[in-house]
Amino acid sequence: MSEPPAASTPAAVPAVDPAVDPTVPAIDVVGLRKSFGAEEVLAGVDLAVGAGEVVCVIGASGSGKSTLLRCVNRLEEPTAGRIVIEGVDITDPDCDVDDVRRRIGMVFQQFNLFPHLSVLRNVTIAQEKVLGRSRAEAVDVAVRTLDRVGLAEKAGDFPARLSGGQQQRVAIARALAMDPDMMLFDEATSALDPELVGEVLAVMRTLAEEGMTMMVVTHEMGFARRVADRVVFLDGGVVCEQGPPDQVLGSPEQDRTRQFLRQVLERE
Amino acid sequence: MAAGSRRRRSQRIRVASYLLAGLVALALVLLVDWRTLQANFADAEIFAEQFPGIVTVAARNTVIYTVFAFLGGLAVGLGVALLRLSSIRPYRWFATIYIEVFRGLPALLTIILVGFAIPIALGVRFPTVLGLPTSGIIALALVAGAYMAETIRAGIEAVPRGQMEAARSLGMSHSRSMASIVVPQAFRIIIPPLTNELVLLLKDTALLAVLGTSTTTKELTKFARDGVNANFNGTPIVAAGLLYLVITVPLTRVVAQLEKRNRQAR
Repeated sequence: MSEPPAASTPAAVPAVDPAVDPTVPAIDVVGLRKSFGAEEVLAGVDLAVGAGEVVCVIGASGSGKSTLLRCVNRLEEPTAGRIVIEGVDITDPDCDVDDVRRRIGMVFQQFNLFPHLSVLRNVTIAQEKVLGRSRAEAVDVAVRTLDRVGLAEKAGDFPARLSGGQQQRVAIARALAMDPDMMLFDEATSALDPELVGEVLAVMRTLAEEGMTMMVVTHEMGFARRVADRVVFLDGGVVCEQGPPDQVLGSPEQDRTRQFLRQVLERE
Repeated sequence: MAAGSRRRRSQRIRVASYLLAGLVALALVLLVDWRTLQANFADAEIFAEQFPGIVTVAARNTVIYTVFAFLGGLAVGLGVALLRLSSIRPYRWFATIYIEVFRGLPALLTIILVGFAIPIALGVRFPTVLGLPTSGIIALALVAGAYMAETIRAGIEAVPRGQMEAARSLGMSHSRSMASIVVPQAFRIIIPPLTNELVLLLKDTALLAVLGTSTTTKELTKFARDGVNANFNGTPIVAAGLLYLVITVPLTRVVAQLEKRNRQAR
């Protein structure tokens, strides 16, 4: 059962399964720049996320952390730099971005559930339209995934009937149902009432413990401290400091990190 | 004291208004020749003669013309709206020109163009649908499509950007996201203005009277006009007017209800 020799077409670089080859990072951001008009939000970010790693990105509002996350699945077009997902350069104009996106789950601050569809349909529609699963198979996966986030009994409801925390858990289930290799969380708890934050963080924490590759933009320092493998502090559009949570959050090396943490802790 | 005088003054105005209304009503009763009016616009015999044809032929045809023109306009409008929102510039230009031209021209001119000028110039004959000529339907659909395109575009733009982003982040293509996620939500938003468009279109089918339709293809206005000519009497117009109202008033009530519900939903 030997592999046939690699095809000689140079354009077709096969995606390397990071589960097989741990040297290939799940997400590799190289020299990423992003400007909106004259304003440069990202000024050269280098950041790699390994397979199974949980990386929390922190920073003041306006530091570019959401923009960074949105560049990773090209919801924002990078101005310069490269983003390589599991060995595939998605900033290459020839790259099929839809194909890459189905391997990247994304959870938004505002949930963005489809309000005209039931909870179940929210979770099945992309499985059918994108992955080509049958209705029965998609429903089966959806019910199991909704059960994972503790909302199987809400399958028949419409999103408007759910609390914010429940909506966000459905949004997580919607992304998980696509069997993504990695998940992006864009301030997933920032729009929630304080008493609903916990249930969403609990789901995210379970996911992290199960080995999901996660890139999490968050203001929840407690979550970052307990769950992250690595914390990245973004400031002025560049990575200012990164390392294990105890180090970055406990004894930061950079003045700006200390200053940011002081402000955050004062608020809490 | 100032408040008291103001109240007295508004009371005087109200009394004066009632008095005036009473005088106008009295003048109408005394001055108008009710017998002539009734003979010319409400002749019971002529009124009865209009039935059942005014319903089974004329009103039926009006509804059929309206429904097909509406569906055609909806298809045209959705297509033009999507072109208008396209990232490809020539498509946007085409859509803008289309909208400006057909909203800028009188509907009657478009009807004459499609109904007479094009068949004469090109020697084409438009097919029929349910026994009715389609030239008028096509003309009305072209015009309605221009108006609906702007309505549909506004609806699509009213759907939050996060909906498209969520769909794209799940791996759906742009067109798939439009079709499955954005457009269905857009149509929910624009059901009231679209229903309003339907009412306007129903009234615009009266313009098809110029197409010289035959006995079986007349709509309400042509039917009534022929009735006026045949009887030398205005009663058929009154009958047709009543039938228009029977259709349009409930529809406008529905629009008002839908708008109220939409406001509450926000």
